[in-house]
Amino acid sequence: MKVAIVTFPGSNCDYDLYKAVQQVGADATFVWHRERGLEGYDAVLLPGGFSYGDYLRAGAIARMSPVMEDVIDFAAKGGPVVGICNGFQILCEAGLLPGALVRNASLLFAGKDVMLRVERVDTLFTSNYQQNQVLRVPIAHGEGNYEADESALDRLEGEGHVVFRYVNGAGEPTDAANPNGSRRNIAGIINENGNVLGMMPHPERAMENLLGSTDGLGIFTSLATSLSAVAS
Amino acid sequence: MITGDGTASATHVAPRQGDPDITPELVAEHGLSEDEYERIKGLMGRAPTFTELGVFSAMWSEHCGYKNSKRLLRLLPTKAPWVIQGPGENAGVIDVGDGYALAFKIESHNHPSAVEPYQGAATGVGGILRDIFTMGARPVAVLDSLRFGDLDSGRVRYLFGGVVRGVGDYGNCVGVPNIGGEVVFDRGYEGNPIVNAMCLGLMKREDLITASASGVGNPVMAVGARTGRDGIHGATFASEELNEDSDESSRPRVQVGDPFTEKLLLEASLELIASGAITGIQDMGAAGITSSAAEMAGRAGNGVEIDMADVPVREEQMTPYEILLSESQERMLVVAENGREDEVVRILEKWELEAKVIGSVTDDSRFRVLENGVTVADIPALPLTDGCPTYERDGIEDEHIQALRDTGLRNYWLPRGNLTRPFLRVLGSPNVASKQWVYHQYDTTVRTATSVRPGGDAGVIRIRGTDRAVAATTDCNGRFVYLQPRTGAMIAVAEAARNLVCVGALPVAITNNLNFGNPLKPHIYYQLRESVLGMKAACEAFETPVTGGNVSLFNETDGRAIYPTPVVGMVGVIEDTSKIVQQAFTTEGDDIVLLGENTNELGGSEYLYVTARLVAGTPPAVDLEKERALQQAMMAMTHGRHLRSARDCSDGGLACTLAECSLGDGETPLGIDVRLDDDMPPVPNLFSESQGRIVVSCSPVETPEVLRIAEEHGVPAAKIGSVRNAESPFRIAMSEGRIEAALDTMADAYFGALARIMDAPSTSGA
Repeated sequence: MKVAIVTFPGSNCDYDLYKAVQQVGADATFVWHRERGLEGYDAVLLPGGFSYGDYLRAGAIARMSPVMEDVIDFAAKGGPVVGICNGFQILCEAGLLPGALVRNASLLFAGKDVMLRVERVDTLFTSNYQQNQVLRVPIAHGEGNYEADESALDRLEGEGHVVFRYVNGAGEPTDAANPNGSRRNIAGIINENGNVLGMMPHPERAMENLLGSTDGLGIFTSLATSLSAVAS
Repeated sequence: MITGDGTASATHVAPRQGDPDITPELVAEHGLSEDEYERIKGLMGRAPTFTELGVFSAMWSEHCGYKNSKRLLRLLPTKAPWVIQGPGENAGVIDVGDGYALAFKIESHNHPSAVEPYQGAATGVGGILRDIFTMGARPVAVLDSLRFGDLDSGRVRYLFGGVVRGVGDYGNCVGVPNIGGEVVFDRGYEGNPIVNAMCLGLMKREDLITASASGVGNPVMAVGARTGRDGIHGATFASEELNEDSDESSRPRVQVGDPFTEKLLLEASLELIASGAITGIQDMGAAGITSSAAEMAGRAGNGVEIDMADVPVREEQMTPYEILLSESQERMLVVAENGREDEVVRILEKWELEAKVIGSVTDDSRFRVLENGVTVADIPALPLTDGCPTYERDGIEDEHIQALRDTGLRNYWLPRGNLTRPFLRVLGSPNVASKQWVYHQYDTTVRTATSVRPGGDAGVIRIRGTDRAVAATTDCNGRFVYLQPRTGAMIAVAEAARNLVCVGALPVAITNNLNFGNPLKPHIYYQLRESVLGMKAACEAFETPVTGGNVSLFNETDGRAIYPTPVVGMVGVIEDTSKIVQQAFTTEGDDIVLLGENTNELGGSEYLYVTARLVAGTPPAVDLEKERALQQAMMAMTHGRHLRSARDCSDGGLACTLAECSLGDGETPLGIDVRLDDDMPPVPNLFSESQGRIVVSCSPVETPEVLRIAEEHGVPAAKIGSVRNAESPFRIAMSEGRIEAALDTMADAYFGALARIMDAPSTSGA
């Protein structure tokens, strides 16, 4: 599996993602935002960070980078694309995912572990989890409050595009378990074709017991499993 | 020019049109005394120009020249076999094994933060990051050591909230995890907060680069952001007392940070260093181009000639004086290999930044500044950096302090019986309470290396590709230093070392940040000297040399000094990450063992501050040999994997330490049953902040071995109780007193305290 990690000026989780991809035995390559062409890659990942300092609005400038035309192309052809944190924000800004990520309801940056419930296990990215499995994964963002209008939210829910939800330890999506005010405790969503995933939490930071959790590993192994199934 | 016998011969420099005449008032405004001005004239062989006066003012400020502290700093131990770079560079560097070196340093941004908390703190983080990556190391962790007045003041809440946001936003954006530090609230810091930021950077040993302008003829380049009018005379500002007018008048002297540019500059600098196209690099920090150019030339024994017309500026009509003294952020001075300038420019362009040649390294040992080819300053370089007069002053203790020490504390021992209520008050005081409200605003996990996060005694960063990790902590109890400076400084070092051994790290070196009042006052100079002597004794006893740091004097508001606060930033090495020790109790049925002894020493305690608003009494005694033995016993216990948890006993005494072990991070609290049989009244038994104590837990099977190792090292140790399950209460029994609290009541007091104060609607804004 060959994975492209697209980096923008200000990306700061690029290296973490690189190591996570390597950990599941895949090839990772950094693609600088001014480079063109994503042919030959099996998946494209957009890392977290503060592309262009989050100036103007998180992801608003990065989505105009030359490479984003190729990311949109890649996604249109059905290629798997994952945006984490700032990557999720960029995907929303680029129109690859619906809705927007606005300022946390607390108006403060939120950096801590959260609990996530896996809502869908029939995706390219979650097949190695159990339905309703509760994961422990860190978040670190100031603008992670998922916002969309009611009809869009109903459509997301109705079509099963919500992949991760913030929950408490018992797996319930309570207000207290919602770290940023996201509508309906949404932490991660997938597009209609099922090949573009965006999520605010950082699975690449939950890959080792030494660092507190291995619950993020499933996303990377699921992707590797899906792609090898396609290849064979 | 300085001749062989040290006398000066004059070089003529014509006054620049439009510059003011040099008057005694102008000299005084530049923070220079009459004697210092005479000395400058002697060195120059003539009167300085306005531009030259500005240069001397910055370089001979306390901030850059250490004129009141240098003689004392020389007393500190700086050497050990593992020290690669001691004081005098951008940062100290130590060998941490397996081919890796650790660069680390602490720095203050107190004055700017008092005036503009958000930018003051943010640029403090920015500056310390640059000090680390200019050594060739990638910043891997930040710690922040913060002190404010009491939170019942709206102004203090504004400062606290702004500083935390500033520290967070800058580090979060650059992508460096925050792994710990301390936050203290005490009326002793009202009006003059302390904002110290520490950074750790890792590199392969061979990637070390220093800030020296070597190679005559090599081009000198300005790199990164453009120069503006912000922060002019920040170094001189940092060396003055604050007053009620400081807010408005000093705001232009505070710099504005841009963490996005910093991130680009970080990547570009590391790429530059790896390319080999440069021979030296230094942050344009305090005193901007002036100090970076003069210091780089001074270290190499060379001269430097730079033309202000070539410096990229972002404002029109800037004078050489302004350009030289601007403290605009995110700028570097680089000495390139002759002929490789284009390579430097190309690397910077990739990161969407500028690099421009502004001069060259010369062989005449002069610091020479031109404006369109016309000389506007011509100063012998070495006296600029090393010729700053240094003072040794008379220090005498304030009589008032002796009286405070002699305050009788017997009345405060009187409460007996059920002490649950005062216990919950101390546990919920902002100083003891959980700092989650603070560190949940920080990214603590970026770079996927944080093995111990904030909230415990020390943070830990693993070194990828090895079994090793580095640990770091910051410490200082300003009340103890205030009451007895020498003891207080020893305690700061001893507590830092205990923090490190509690996570399983061997303490190896420190960086220090000496935050004091005005040293021209004898009782402040006394505090400074005594503190340095205390630090020296402890660092020698523990073999933890000082590899650098920062001095911040004149921390006074309207004549009132802060508590003397010599902050210790200590680093340690963990050889095997599988031996990292937890901070909280983990398992029902485990034994709780106290290493060290309980003594009746309530002086300077949080209990007195919370229950009586009192800062008085004699601080706890510290025995450096016993501390050393305790550290070694702990290392033996962690090496043998005998412990399930370990936590240093400090603020709030034994009772609060047990509570922290019981509550952990709040997710899986466990009850305890503890029995104390010490021969003293319950209040000092529970709340004394006696030194040399660590609370550990272990499986009952391991207890005999834990006690044996303690005895072998001469450390008193006793089983004091057991860990219970999550439904059991927190219970401490003594012959004349007791605490019994439900875990959720304690959790509410401990975790809710800061949020209740800071998130209340009425507390937003100044």
